[in-house]
Amino acid sequence: MTLLITVFAAVFATVKWYSRENNGLNLAPLCFMFWGASLMWLADAIFEYMELGADYFTPALADMVNDAYLGLSVVALALVVWLVILLVKDPQGTVRAALRKGKAN
Amino acid sequence: MACFLVPAAEAAVVTIAAHSLELAEQKKAQRLTLSGDHTALAEQNPLPWSRKLKWLTYLLWGGVLLLAFEHVWHGEVTPWFPFLTAAANPVDMAAMFQEMATVGVTMAVIVTAVWAVLVACASLLLKRSDRAELAR
Repeated sequence: MTLLITVFAAVFATVKWYSRENNGLNLAPLCFMFWGASLMWLADAIFEYMELGADYFTPALADMVNDAYLGLSVVALALVVWLVILLVKDPQGTVRAALRKGKAN
Repeated sequence: MACFLVPAAEAAVVTIAAHSLELAEQKKAQRLTLSGDHTALAEQNPLPWSRKLKWLTYLLWGGVLLLAFEHVWHGEVTPWFPFLTAAANPVDMAAMFQEMATVGVTMAVIVTAVWAVLVACASLLLKRSDRAELAR
């Protein structure tokens, strides 16, 4: 479930990055983060599948809920990290402009 | 247990390599500017190796960060010594090294292989767009 949620997040972030309207949002780090984690969890899933066989695809409800909760938490963490990178890099100069405006007042 | 430490080690090595390569490329560009060799400057690769290696570092560090969080979630990583719960006793430690050698190495290999495909596709796309521009 964590892998699935991260893959969906990676695809969504990549589509957003591809659309030209989001040029100033610096979405590349978010895409790399999600794809990197997805690939690593894919390796984990391969080993789990080798160990459990078809049972891998029928997890217990409690495990599934916990994994979904973890997946959503991972997405939230990645979004926060991306937001910090965006505000620090400030590609559109919004933060700098806001700070200058505050100084003028 | 601690499988993410293998891609983390790879990420550290690749980060150092990318930085030193970037410095070398900057020095080369400076030398060309000073010598006034504008043709050589214009012919410089628009997709240098330092940039390609940076993609790999972003993939690796991004994945490592999220996987480290997952390990904290499962109680396998703690903020106190020895940081890895499996490092507390020799039996768990052996299992941890086994997991690092199998799952960890596979993680690093898959990420690097996907990055290699990404680099090959990017170079191909760039060549194709250059050819299309020349044909105009």
